[in-house]
This record gives sequence, structure tokens and C-alpha cells, in this order.
Amino acid sequence: MTVMTAISREEREKPKTARRKQSGSNARMLAINAMSIVGGLGIWWMLSLSGFNLPAPPAVVESAARLIGNGTLQSDIVASLTRVFSGFLLGTALAIPVGFLMGWYPTARGLIEPWVQFFRTVPPLAIIPLAIVLMGIGDTPKIFVIFLAAFLSCVIAAFQGVVNVDPTLINAARVLGAKDGRIFIRVVIPASTPFILVGMRVGLGSAWATLVAAELIAAQQGLGYRMQFAQIYYDLPTIFVGLITIGVLGLLMDRVLLLMEKKLTGWQERR
Amino acid sequence: MNTPISSAPKISVDSVTKIFPLGGEDFVALDNVSLDIIDNEFVTVVGPSGCGKSTMMNILAGLDEPTRGRAIVDGKDVSGPGPERGVIFQQYALFPWLTVRKNVEFGLKTAGVARAECRERAEYFIRLVGLEQFADALPKMLSGGMKQRCAIARAYAVNPSILLMDEPFGALDALTRVRLQEQLLETWSAEKRTVMFITHDVDEAVFLANRVVIMAARPGRIYDIVNVDLTYPRTEAMRLSPEFSALRNRVWHAVYHQEPGRKVEGTPS
Repeated sequence: MTVMTAISREEREKPKTARRKQSGSNARMLAINAMSIVGGLGIWWMLSLSGFNLPAPPAVVESAARLIGNGTLQSDIVASLTRVFSGFLLGTALAIPVGFLMGWYPTARGLIEPWVQFFRTVPPLAIIPLAIVLMGIGDTPKIFVIFLAAFLSCVIAAFQGVVNVDPTLINAARVLGAKDGRIFIRVVIPASTPFILVGMRVGLGSAWATLVAAELIAAQQGLGYRMQFAQIYYDLPTIFVGLITIGVLGLLMDRVLLLMEKKLTGWQERR
Repeated sequence: MNTPISSAPKISVDSVTKIFPLGGEDFVALDNVSLDIIDNEFVTVVGPSGCGKSTMMNILAGLDEPTRGRAIVDGKDVSGPGPERGVIFQQYALFPWLTVRKNVEFGLKTAGVARAECRERAEYFIRLVGLEQFADALPKMLSGGMKQRCAIARAYAVNPSILLMDEPFGALDALTRVRLQEQLLETWSAEKRTVMFITHDVDEAVFLANRVVIMAARPGRIYDIVNVDLTYPRTEAMRLSPEFSALRNRVWHAVYHQEPGRKVEGTPS
């Protein structure tokens, strides 16, 4: 450790060890994860062979190959992702400034909070009938419901983020000459990023869940619609393809946000 | 003592009273307190909790307002914080998402200093506190003592004429604390400023100061003032000398055995 010897002014004041050796336990964890997945698939296969009314993995793979071959799966994925991202992006884009507004100005909080709290207790799916009546059966009501789901989880997080900014940091910026605008941009926003990213992850989760349910009710395309359609024809393999696709896509989106979180909030002290 | 009698004090706390309403009852944090500090003086303030020492500092920093009386710096009434008064907090208050260098540059950028000069000034003060090896490290990589040195560099960088330090070494272990006291005096000798340093440690108060202000609580007031007629640089030998221990005994007695009702005016002798 060359850095250690460099601080000659005091030997006993050591910098904290940056991170623990994790590569070994990481590989082990991955191996255990892989074993668990293989084991789970094995149990599924055994259950389907032993008379449970489940499609066997090969049937599901075959069905997936067929859906990919004729382009159905791809267009369903595109349709679903388009809805989820439009709703999610609109929701978070509005939630962040509104949450900041609520955290920074007590008047704004007083005006907005009752509505946010009220709509939070209403499951987004319960809004679907109303949305369909008001907006028709196209993409608009689905995107609206997803927007609402993403907005409601993210707005609370952004608000909490602002409220939780350490007042000492704000004072530190003030005594260094910073005025409100600069304090907001340079202190409040970075300090609340961890909260916002957690809110975005929760928001994306609920947006995804809401989307599939919305497509089950009324759609001409999308993963939820495909499963609903397969249900009529008792097409279990297609339902499985839909479920697995939804799960894998949800997981991928969550991982992307988790990676963003690590990149953007790596400065946090973990306790 | 080599403190010249100056007609205009650098810092002047003039009959300041601060009352906090506390559940219907008034808590008198400062009761008609007056204290003058001259240019480049190092004043430590020591006293039991609730004596208003932090309140007095917050008022001088412009983070709080007096209920009555005035806080005057350079002949002007304090209204809000300003870059000519650097503040160092007990909890370091570094911006955790910025590196040491970026933290030190924060005040300079706020003041609109050009990028190249920002770099240069930050570099100078980072070196002055001995953190050059850690200029690009995030605060989470630093120990408590290093964080506080970074905070000192950050306060110095905007070139304040006054440093207000609120128990800056309070959260550190005893050994680190002694080292940082010596380093702070080293830094202060290289870059003279008027310092008001709040502490609850009698040794620290005596070791650092030209003058020790002892405060009392209920109501918050100045109880006694002890001039420390030891020369700078202060050495370890001085810390262990009989003169030092006599001063420490005086301050100790004034802090821990307070007669009720006693009060003095805080003008320099």
C-alpha cells in the first residue's frame, strides 16, 4: 500500500479499506444461483412428467420458437415495452420535479400531498375501467395507468429525498456563499438521488405489473394480450412463454436501474 | 502578550440575547453577551452544554439571528452567511458525492473563480492540510481526521478572514485530536486568520488559544476569560509545562466549579 506510507504526518490515521475482497464469494454466489435455476427447471420438468397439468420445458421452447419464428413474440415485446417506457418515462419525468416542489415548498406539499396519498391507496388497475371509458380502448388508457403507477411511487421518493437532505450540508453550502438556486442544484439534487433511484425501481416494478394487467383487459397486442388469447385456446405453452418473457424483461430492467444506482450513488457510506 | 490594542475589533458580539421558545417556556441561550475579538486572534470558547456557545457561533456565521443585540464583523452587522466567515462543523459536512478536490473547490466555483485558479487554490490548501494523496478520493474513503482536514481546506480555500469552528475535533479519538490541534496551529501560523473555536475540552481550549472564553449555562453567559500568555508555536513541551497546567487548572475550575450568577464582559484585556 503505497498510499499509506505517503501520509507521513500521521501513521495511525489510516484511510478506510475501500472494499472487502468479494470476487471469491461472488463466483460462489453465482454458482449457487445457477444451481438453483437448473434445479428449479428440473423440478418443473419432473412435475410435468408426473401427471401435473403443466407443459414440459421442450413444449414451451417449441412454442417460443414458433412465436419468434412468425414474429409474434417480438412484436408483442415491442408493444408492451413501448407502453411501459412511455408511461414510466412520463411518470418519473413529472414525479421528480413535483416531488422536489413538495419537499422544498411547504405550500406545494400542502396542495399536492392529499391527492398523492389518495391516489396511492387506489390500485392503478382500479382506474382502468374509468380510463377506458374516458380514453377509449387504444394505447392511451394503458399508458395513462402505467404513468400513474410510476408517478405515484416515484413522487413520494423524490419528496422524501428532499426532506431527508442533511441540513448541515445545506448550511455548509450556505456558509461557502451558495444561494438557494445553487444549493438546490448542487446539494439537494445529488443528495436526493439515492431516494429517487429507489423510487424509480419501485415505480418501474409497479409499471410493469400494471401493464400486463392492463393488457389482459383490453388490447390487440402485447404480452398480456397474448396470454389472455392463449387462455381461450387452452394453449399452456404460450402462456408459459409469456410469463417467462415478462419475468426476464422485468428482471433485466431492474438490473439496469440497479447498475445506474450503483454508478450514481456509489459515494454513499454503507453501514 | 503581543496583541495590540485595536480600536475596531474584528468580531464584536454586542449585548446579544438569544431566546428559544421551548414548549411555552423561554430558553435563554444567550443572556446579554458581549465579546470582542481582535484581528488574527485565536479565541477558544469552552463551557457546559446549554451555555450558548454554538448559538453564539451560529449567530456570527449568519445561520441564526439574535433576539436582541448585534453581531458585528468588520464593522458591519451580520446578515446571513458570507464567504468572509468560514465555518467548520463538528460533523465535517463534506459533500459525500464530491471528491476531496471538488469539495475544496465548491466555494471557489460558487464565487465564480476561473477554473484554472480554482484548481490551483484547491491544490494549495489540500497540500497545506496534507491530503494531496487523497485529492481524488471520495469522503467515504477518509478517516474522521482526514475528513475534518478536508473541511478545513475547504473553509480556507474561499479565503475567509474569520474561521468559526464548532467543536471540530469533538468526534475524534484523543490521539488524532492532539495531532490535529498541532496541525491546525501549523496551518493557522502559515495562514493567519481570526479564529473562534468552540470546544468542550479544557486542554484543547488552552493549547490553541490566545484567549479562552469560559461560558456558563442557564442563562447562557460569559463566565470568565483567561489570557493564555504562551508563545506560538505551541509545542509538546509547552503542553506538559507547569505554566500550561496552571492555566488549565484555572480554566478547569472555571468550567467545572461555577459560582451561580457570575458574569464578565468579553472585551480583550
